[in-house]
Amino acid sequence: MSKKIRVATTSLAGCFGCHMSFLDIDERIVELIEHIEFDRSPLTDIKHCSNPCDIGLIEGGLCNAENVHVLREFRANCKIIIAVGACAINGGVPAMRNHFTLTECLEEAYLNGIGVDNPMIPNDVEIPLLLNKVHPIHEVVHVDYYLPGCPPPADAFMKVLTDLLEGKEPSLPKEILHFD
Amino acid sequence: MSDSNHNTITIDGREIPFKAGQTIMDAALDADIYIPHLCHMPGLKPHGSCKLCTVEVNGRSASSCTLPATAGQQITSNSEDLTEVRKTITQMLFIEGNHFCPSCEKTGDCTLQAMAYHLDMLDGHFPQFYPRREIDASHKSIVLDRDRCILCALCVRASREVDNKNVFDIGGRGTDAKLIVNAPSGKLADTNIKVDDLAAHICPVGAIMIKEHGYEVPIGRRTFDLHSVAEPRLEPVALHKGKLTDE
Amino acid sequence: MKPNNGLNTLNSPIVTENKIHMNSNHLLHRLYDLQTQLHHIPKQSITTLADELALPVSQIEAAVDFYSFLHRTPRGRFDIMFSNCTSCGDIKMIQHLCDQMHIASGETRTDGAVSISETSCIGMCDQGPALLINGRTITQLSNRRLDLIAEYIEAERPLEQWPIEWFDVHDNVRKNGLLLSTPFEPGSGLLAAINKGSEAMLANIDQSGLRGRGGAGFGTGMKWKFCREASGDAHYVICNADEGEPGTFKDRILLTSHAHTVFEGMTICGHIIGAKKGYLYLRAEYRYLLPALQAVLTRRHKAKLLGENILEQGFNFDIEIIIGAGAYICGEESALIESMEQKCGIPRVRPPFPVTSGYLNQPTVVNNVETLAAAAQIAVHGSHWFNSLGSDKSAGSKILSISGDCLTPGVYEYAFGVRIQRILDDCGAEDVQAIQVGGPSGTLIRSDEFDRKLGFEDLATGGSFMIYGKDCDLLEVIRNFSHFFAHESCGFCTPCRVGTTLLRNGLDKICHGRGTQYDMDEMRRMATLVKQRSHCGLGQTAPNPILDALDRFPELFNAKLLHSDFEPHFDLDAALEEARQLTKRDDAEAHLS
Repeated sequence: MSKKIRVATTSLAGCFGCHMSFLDIDERIVELIEHIEFDRSPLTDIKHCSNPCDIGLIEGGLCNAENVHVLREFRANCKIIIAVGACAINGGVPAMRNHFTLTECLEEAYLNGIGVDNPMIPNDVEIPLLLNKVHPIHEVVHVDYYLPGCPPPADAFMKVLTDLLEGKEPSLPKEILHFD
Repeated sequence: MSDSNHNTITIDGREIPFKAGQTIMDAALDADIYIPHLCHMPGLKPHGSCKLCTVEVNGRSASSCTLPATAGQQITSNSEDLTEVRKTITQMLFIEGNHFCPSCEKTGDCTLQAMAYHLDMLDGHFPQFYPRREIDASHKSIVLDRDRCILCALCVRASREVDNKNVFDIGGRGTDAKLIVNAPSGKLADTNIKVDDLAAHICPVGAIMIKEHGYEVPIGRRTFDLHSVAEPRLEPVALHKGKLTDE
Repeated sequence: MKPNNGLNTLNSPIVTENKIHMNSNHLLHRLYDLQTQLHHIPKQSITTLADELALPVSQIEAAVDFYSFLHRTPRGRFDIMFSNCTSCGDIKMIQHLCDQMHIASGETRTDGAVSISETSCIGMCDQGPALLINGRTITQLSNRRLDLIAEYIEAERPLEQWPIEWFDVHDNVRKNGLLLSTPFEPGSGLLAAINKGSEAMLANIDQSGLRGRGGAGFGTGMKWKFCREASGDAHYVICNADEGEPGTFKDRILLTSHAHTVFEGMTICGHIIGAKKGYLYLRAEYRYLLPALQAVLTRRHKAKLLGENILEQGFNFDIEIIIGAGAYICGEESALIESMEQKCGIPRVRPPFPVTSGYLNQPTVVNNVETLAAAAQIAVHGSHWFNSLGSDKSAGSKILSISGDCLTPGVYEYAFGVRIQRILDDCGAEDVQAIQVGGPSGTLIRSDEFDRKLGFEDLATGGSFMIYGKDCDLLEVIRNFSHFFAHESCGFCTPCRVGTTLLRNGLDKICHGRGTQYDMDEMRRMATLVKQRSHCGLGQTAPNPILDALDRFPELFNAKLLHSDFEPHFDLDAALEEARQLTKRDDAEAHLS
């Protein structure tokens, strides 16, 4: 039996909807894990890429310094990086804060917002600092493929993974290509 | 003298007739040949701004929506090069504005989105501009969401040529160009637009929307779930779906 | 120094500008008046103006946001715009004055006294650095002069009391050629045209081989012929005096010292095409020329060279001046016409061309200043006088505006076919790294190309000739040009509107040392798309400096490139700065490399 390919996944500034959609492959996961092994991933709870990985599935864009560190770890350890979902591809919902300054956002959320008690902007050495703007991941690392959708349907995950397993260039048939 | 067989142009090797006064786009649409377009709408004066309809005529780049057809033109439309150009132009439109499909009421009925699907666009490719653009929700029935505006000026032309009004215009220069309305306050509510004006329904994207209507058609039954943007004679369908519907 | 044909321009206060030979109710002129009086265009004024001029409010709103010299928020009582052209600008000087006035570039001081910002080339490349202050030109800036300017502004000394010599604009003609050295008797061209008759005069112009001198080089005889043959309710002649290509100032000299020739060329054209009306579309940056030009028009009226029954020959022709409001794109003939029609300067769909459907959709000839001046002289001296110089496809002579790293910048006239090296020798340019022939929209050439010739067959130019010496940071020049085109793009078509900004951002990335080969490849791809698919000449030539530099000076880029596969499109550490300020953190985790 051929070696399994290693797949790592993460959600950066994402809602985990893409991970949920991936799991909508339901029972097909049984067949899938004959061919792939999950490395670092919320699914395995492995905290860091322990070995070089073949594929990195990245959900979510970049909103803070930690996201950048994680993304860079994935880029360094994964042969192929796939930007999964609207947020990873164009910033998505978190990027809606880009029309305002970071200060405006934090002040609204933590100081001036309705119902805020004990107003203060959270500040601790363990809290990653926010980037002044949210960015898609391809603005910081080279991305190999894109899987659009919000979330991409389970079939889209299957198609791309199957293509890669078969050594083919991933392609999405029109029925499962959508941005919403 | 009748429209003789000598009045033909050739598009991707296929010879088609044209009538005097037609543009290449007119002739192509009449022959059910799809040349991608966003700012073009039969019935309104051709504009030539989106540049999706770029073709090569006798080796030279041209906008098929504005270039008159003349006998003997050899036109390339469906080449790898031009498809790549069109995909890039579509990406440029996406990254220029704030085109967030998941939260846009036009998703599934949006020509820009459908164009992207047609061209196999998976991502915006270029760094996003994230411009700050003003929404105008002043009117009781119509919203202007400029985040999504692609400056196609269809609303400008529809208002002037069909509604006999002059509600819209494009102002400013370069990347600051923006949709404006003809009212001292600059607000849509202070114009003479009516909700049944063509201008209120012609927007190919989600920039001009009718209030209290959104997500009425289930995923799977929206215009571009059922049709490709490249289908012939799609315009009536697209307009119809965009209007108030009580399906 | 040649007299400038008219009134002392400095004593004509700009606010109550004399509007003779102008339509004072033209939208651009009314907006100028508002801008001058109120230092900006308030919303309420737009509504009032719309009512008065019976124009849609949106048309005026669109224009206010389109033209660079109209502002929504108040400019200072001393409104200063520094040229940012590589020839007539100097970034360090902008900073110097900003420091003196305690404001940043782009700002108006809170007391309303002064505002400082940048503007595109103002046509003073032979006597820069230069600026516009309340629409008037000050040349030959130095830090000393800027210090005095700062003093006068703080003391609120009116411009009329500033040293007169600061506002001097010299012709700087360094080398006369055919046009500049041939004297012209006002009326002589018209007489010749009348005596010869229109058909014969048109043939004369045609045979001369005269081609448009603004850069595009369309056959003048052919243009006039097409227009003459086109039917319409009225025909028009327009002189394109929008001279906006950076590095170009030759029309400035013609308008200053040869205005009669230019107006006569217009009148002859009018006679041939059957026009009763001509317009001079003058760029706003040359507003200081207005009184002198008006004076010439008045003299021509008195001499029966304009107006009714010209020279008792029964033909009428009048010339009106329209002044632009700061938009390079209005040098494009169809955008110019749109501007004349009180709209934004957006190039039209062509065909139809102006000769059949131009101003007010009527047959219109739009010609460059130099073309019209040449036509007037050809009328007097004949086609052979003109085409005995130059080459087969490039007849006659060309007036060049030479600037940059040379001993004697200024105006030089050569017969077409002259070698570049000859020009460099004449203007005292040594150790030249590169020349931008034809301005940023022209061709960038390297020292091994100085044997090439000026002309439509080889190196064409509207007149701009910008020289960059060996110590010049040429990549910064290319970057300057990319900012220029992004700023001046009219915004109509996707490739240019978005593409010029992407090119500018890409070059910024590379020049700031954050570029990789990937960014180079991307830039080349975008440059090619913008060049091939844009709606008008601006987009079609904007990528030229980048493409030329990539081909001829790859080492400039390579020296800046990072040797990595990919570099983020933004400065990651800078992206954390705001958060660092808010949290007052500076530990290791508060930074990104």
